[in-house]
Parts: sequence; structure tokens; C-alpha cells
Amino acid sequence: MDLVVIGAGVVGAACAYYAAQAGLSVAVVDRGPVAGGTSGAGEGNLLVSDKEPGPELELARTSLRLWSDLAQVLPADIEFEAKGGLVVAEDGEQLSALREFAAAQARSGVTVEEVGPGGLHDREPHLAPGLAGGFHYPEDAQVQPARAAARLLECAGRAGARLFLGEEVTAVTTTPEGRVSGVRTARRRLLTGAVVNAAGTWAGRIAELAGSYLPVQPRRGFVLVTEPLPPLVRHKVYAAGYVADVASGDAGLQTSPVVEGTPAGPVLIGASRERVGFDRRISAEAVQRLAAAATGLFPVLAQVRVLRVYCGFRPYLPDHLPAIGPDPYVPGLFHACGHEGAGIGLAPATGLAIARQLTGAATDFDVGPFDPGRLAEPAGVSPRNGN
Amino acid sequence: MRHRAEPPAEAGPVRFAFDGRAVAARQGQSIAGALWDHGIVAWRTTRVGGRPRGAFCGMGVCFDCLVVVNGAPGQRACLVRVSEGDTVTSQEGHGRDGLGS
Repeated sequence: MDLVVIGAGVVGAACAYYAAQAGLSVAVVDRGPVAGGTSGAGEGNLLVSDKEPGPELELARTSLRLWSDLAQVLPADIEFEAKGGLVVAEDGEQLSALREFAAAQARSGVTVEEVGPGGLHDREPHLAPGLAGGFHYPEDAQVQPARAAARLLECAGRAGARLFLGEEVTAVTTTPEGRVSGVRTARRRLLTGAVVNAAGTWAGRIAELAGSYLPVQPRRGFVLVTEPLPPLVRHKVYAAGYVADVASGDAGLQTSPVVEGTPAGPVLIGASRERVGFDRRISAEAVQRLAAAATGLFPVLAQVRVLRVYCGFRPYLPDHLPAIGPDPYVPGLFHACGHEGAGIGLAPATGLAIARQLTGAATDFDVGPFDPGRLAEPAGVSPRNGN
Repeated sequence: MRHRAEPPAEAGPVRFAFDGRAVAARQGQSIAGALWDHGIVAWRTTRVGGRPRGAFCGMGVCFDCLVVVNGAPGQRACLVRVSEGDTVTSQEGHGRDGLGS
């Protein structure tokens, strides 16, 4: 076995897909089902609009191009939609902040167009009146993340990849020299020289099992799902405050409305952020604030009902960048995790970069800024104390 | 498929309208129960394909028995009790076509 991927979410599936395409023999192991962690709890955001110029924006742009390619190859039920994003401002102050943000993005090559207050309703007829204006990002897209993960794994399987679900990794074994030698689950031993840690929010535990360290923390978010509706919301629509919330490191509850329709009919309403560990209890305050903010943007939603609420845990690293590449301490261990709320969007570029690193091929995009080596362990923690 | 049978003799004092006709129900009965009593087993069509649907789980979980009650679509007929004078109508698809216009 050339490679064992731990994690059957979108990121793990993309790693398996590109590695299998490159001719590597691959196994994917997950303690749960496909997309049973963070991938299944997201909205399928493929966004450039919320990213400031820098390495993550570059990775997102590369990844969006890869998603477009994948949409040609994978079945249509992954619901890839190049629907575009619309960021709206409530007042002049928000609008000038957005304008400055958009100008910097445009200099980095992002396509973005200002929409005056009069033009907003041509694009989104149900938006509330009185908004100051907004910005349209035609490159923003959406995908159904659980299906996308399943279809990527299916393709990888046709190229020979094996999938072991419901099997928790109990050990990452190493040679006497400290190189990765395999992975153990309760049911089997998989021998391999390379392990990819794509365990999302739980990636810190896998790093620890392998005798290394990665400070991935959970950042909880709720999503409200309405009853099925006719097409009311055409774009991914969100308020200016969302950009600041994404970039913030605050532990307290933050909510800003992100509203989008789905091909199946329900409207999805996010987004909340708070650092409360792995607490899955429903927060009435978060749900109430999301509902109020969404009906503030789209008053028509006040007439419809929310059928269910779910939460997930974004895998959060202290500098808001993912960890992509070789572990600094354990040869043969690679990380593909810590994408926070952008993992679905960044998955293909992450998977392709990992596959290229494993085969020694070059990438035409820079993953240097995501090198896990930047995340030094705190003093006193021996990187090998896990074994 | 609808049987337009007369109300059962023991039907109680609550009266409501289903798709324009008067239907009798027992006090406290669910809409689904009352419709079943009258041999009506389908009152919604699916969003894709327009196939008939009625009560399936009967306990509020499956959302198959959705019906329009006094103009509000998406009500679960198995959970909503009949009130005197209710106007109940079959639901086509999500019942929200009016919102999109």
C-alpha cells in the first residue's frame, strides 16, 4: 500500500482521488461513514468572495478551477452550481469596507462587480429593501459536500482505492528509525510508508497517535434547513459582517447571515461561529440569531418554517490556514486538515498537492504557506511522546 | 383513488371542509385520522413526479402527509387536530408556489 488516508470527508476523498489517479495504491479509513464529520455538516461553500488576498485566496482560486473540472467528470448529483455570490451591505460604512476589500481582491485577479442598491433586486428579487448595495462574485459556487465526497471515493475506488468505513484508527505505527510503517484499526493492519491525516477537526488526535502535534481546534457552527421552497434565493447571499467573522479569532458567539437555496428545495441558513469544544447541544441563541438575521435579509423567509437545525465543528488552526504537507517530526506522515470553514472549497487543491508531494511531482501552485512545520509545538511538549 | 363515502355514523360534532366538501370528525381527532375515516388516503402530490401521498409514519417524522390548513401549507395532517370550521385542502408539491412570484 502506497498510502493510507485517514478521513473519508471531502478532503480525504480528494486526496484519495488524485493519488489513485496518479497510480498510487490507496486505502481510506474512517471511524464513521463517508462525510460523517465536518463535510456532512457544512453548506458546500466554494468561495473566493470571503477571502482576503493571500495564500488561501490563491489556493481557493486553484481549487475552484479544479472543482469545475471535477464537475465535468463526476455525476451531476454532486449538485455543483456556479451560482455566484452576492455580498450585501446594510449601510454606507459597510459598503465602503466591502469596496476596499473587493478592490484588493480584484487586484489579485478575482472577478467582482459592484451592484448598486437599485440593482440588488434584479439579482435577488426577495432581498429586503433599503440595503446600501453589494458586490457580485460570479466565481463563487456550491456543491453538495456529502455526495461530492462519496463520488470522489467511488472514482478513486474504480482506480483501485480501498475504503474501510466504521473502523477507527487505533495506532499509527513507525519503524525503529521513526518513519511511518502502517496504520492499525480494531479489524486490520494496513502497511504503508505514507499516511495522510485528513481527519478534519479530529486531526490533532491523529497527529498525537503518530507521535506528532497539530493544534486543530473545533469552531462550532449551526445551519438551519427550511422546508422545500420554490427558487427564492439565486446566489449565495451573505451580509458584510460575515467576512469579519470568518477572519476573527474570537471565542464568543458570532452570527452573520449566509443564505442560499439548494437544488432540492430547502434554503440553508448559516453562519454561526463559537469555540465551545465538541459540545453538540443546540444553542437557542445561535438559532434565534440566525433566523432573525436571515429574515432580515430575506423577509419572505419569515413565512416559512425551519424543518431542522444541525451543527458541525470547523477544524480551526490558530492562523486560520490549513495544514497541507509533510509533518515536521514524523517522516511519512502528511497533513491535509485544518481548513476551517473552507474545506469543501479547498479540498481538490489540497488533494492534488498531497498527491504531487507523494509522487515527487511539482505543483503549479504554492502550498508553502500551508506547511505544517509552521505550527511549532509548545515548549515542553515532546513531539514523540505519543509513542 | 378517493372514496367519497358518507361520514361514519359515530362521527362527532367537529366539522371541517376538505377540498370544498363538508367532512365530520370526532373531537380531538387528527386531520389524517379524520380523512382516513372517510376513506381518503392521499392528499398531497410529490414535488417531482406528482405522485400521491398521505399518512405514512403517522407520528410527525416523515413529512409525507403535508396538507394545507386554513391557507398554511406544509402542515402535518397526522399531528394537527381538526378544529371546527377548518378549511383543509390538498397540497401540490411544496405548496409554496405563491412565494416564488
